[in-house]
Amino acid sequence: MNLQNIFSEIEKTDPEVYDRLDTRRNAMKAFAKTSGRIAIASIPFALGSMFQKAYSSPTAPTDIIFDTLNFALTLEYLESNFYIKAVSSGIIPSGNALTALTQIRDHEDEHVKFLTTAIKAAGGTPVSFTADNFDFTAGGAFGNVFSDYGTLLAVAQIFEDTGVRAYKGQAPNLISNNDYLTAALQIHSVEARHAAHLREMRQAAGFLVPSGVTVKPWITLNQSGIGTSAVQASYDGEENVMQAGVTITNIGGMDISAAAASEAFDEPLSKDEILAIVKPFIKG
Amino acid sequence: MLQEEKKEVQPPQIEGMANSFSRRKFFGIMGGAGAAIAVAAASCRKATPMHNNSGVDLGSGDTGILNYAYALEQLEAAFYTQVIKTPFSGINDMEMAYLKDIRDHEIAHREFFKAALSSKAIQDLEVNFSKIDFTIRDSVLGTAMAFEDLGVSAYNGAGSLITNPDYLTIAGKIVSVEARHAAWVRDMVKAGSFAAMDVVDMNGLDQAKKPDEVLTIASAFLKTKINASNLPTS
Repeated sequence: MNLQNIFSEIEKTDPEVYDRLDTRRNAMKAFAKTSGRIAIASIPFALGSMFQKAYSSPTAPTDIIFDTLNFALTLEYLESNFYIKAVSSGIIPSGNALTALTQIRDHEDEHVKFLTTAIKAAGGTPVSFTADNFDFTAGGAFGNVFSDYGTLLAVAQIFEDTGVRAYKGQAPNLISNNDYLTAALQIHSVEARHAAHLREMRQAAGFLVPSGVTVKPWITLNQSGIGTSAVQASYDGEENVMQAGVTITNIGGMDISAAAASEAFDEPLSKDEILAIVKPFIKG
Repeated sequence: MLQEEKKEVQPPQIEGMANSFSRRKFFGIMGGAGAAIAVAAASCRKATPMHNNSGVDLGSGDTGILNYAYALEQLEAAFYTQVIKTPFSGINDMEMAYLKDIRDHEIAHREFFKAALSSKAIQDLEVNFSKIDFTIRDSVLGTAMAFEDLGVSAYNGAGSLITNPDYLTIAGKIVSVEARHAAWVRDMVKAGSFAAMDVVDMNGLDQAKKPDEVLTIASAFLKTKINASNLPTS
């Protein structure tokens, strides 16, 4: 991105731009001050924020957008703090397993930083949490989360599958702003990659309940492979085989089972549904 | 509308990639066709977008984007249908079962778009899989990985082009399944590469590609020409 070019283009269409933004030099300086501290991908947001002060833009972040980004940030803090504790628990086998969970930890931390920067750059106030804000045993439902590897992976799977549903449910709230929508989608698919890998890990390690159930990288019906009803809300609704009024089972005369039809589409959850799911993990 | 226009796709440019050893090594693991897609993808930033006005018109607005998704799902479904029809040498039970699942998912996506678009759906596309050796594991999984990553980036890039929130949700329901496929296939190609740095950037973000870029890559596997010139651009 060439900032000078961007300014030159704006000058062409609006010769009075520097009356609005002071001077070109000051505009560059003001921008450099912010951008020095922010990630490259956040620059469009920072630029947007700067020009929003000069022009009242129809795509300026609205309360619903800030609320949505802060909701996403809350979930990322939950995940990030979980994986920090998980990786340092000492119970994850070294090698591929530890490498994978470390990479996922780093991604969640990057999401926290990215969303924080983006919200700040757009003039909003990001939420902030520390490890002390969370109870990863969910009030005792997962009491051995950091001492039993199977429980640890189960909680990780819930967080990732639930995270996918959360972002999916929030996408329409960002539809008025292309930059935020695209960024949220880019996080959404990374959470799905994490979810798939954790499911592979649980299947390979044989941690599934009830025994004999298969947990594949994709979600079959509303099965979790986790032996407590505490997690069922994260999977209920995934058994859906009707999309936009179209029945997917055996669609077009093809041999598509209800299981495959449910796997082929992941389902969103609303903000309230997600908050109810994560509430036991948040103190206070 | 279907007149032939002889206009060859530019050969992929590989400058800027030569000194990236780890990437080369990674492509070496992938099959030839998969590597070809990956190289085309990497060079795409420099390639001139195809403004080809001949071929099958995807249409405009949300219909155009749905037809764009329909085209990609046709390509993926055709690929996995062939994978299952002629399994690669040495395929194991889990690979067979999961590749069958993926085939069914892609068929479900394809048929869903066909039904949802109804009379506005584009025609059946003819594919060109001459670069893929379906008997060789690396070739099949390398291509599958490239298709899945491309699909994820395509849906991520198309979200902002959609105006109807219901269609956006549908796209969201599909893209995370494509990402699950991508993660598994990547792990089969190279254990632990489910979200590796060639697809997830320093901010933890997956790729997002615009239709021009995606179709330039996908066109190497399509006999039928696609005209995306009426698609929305923002």
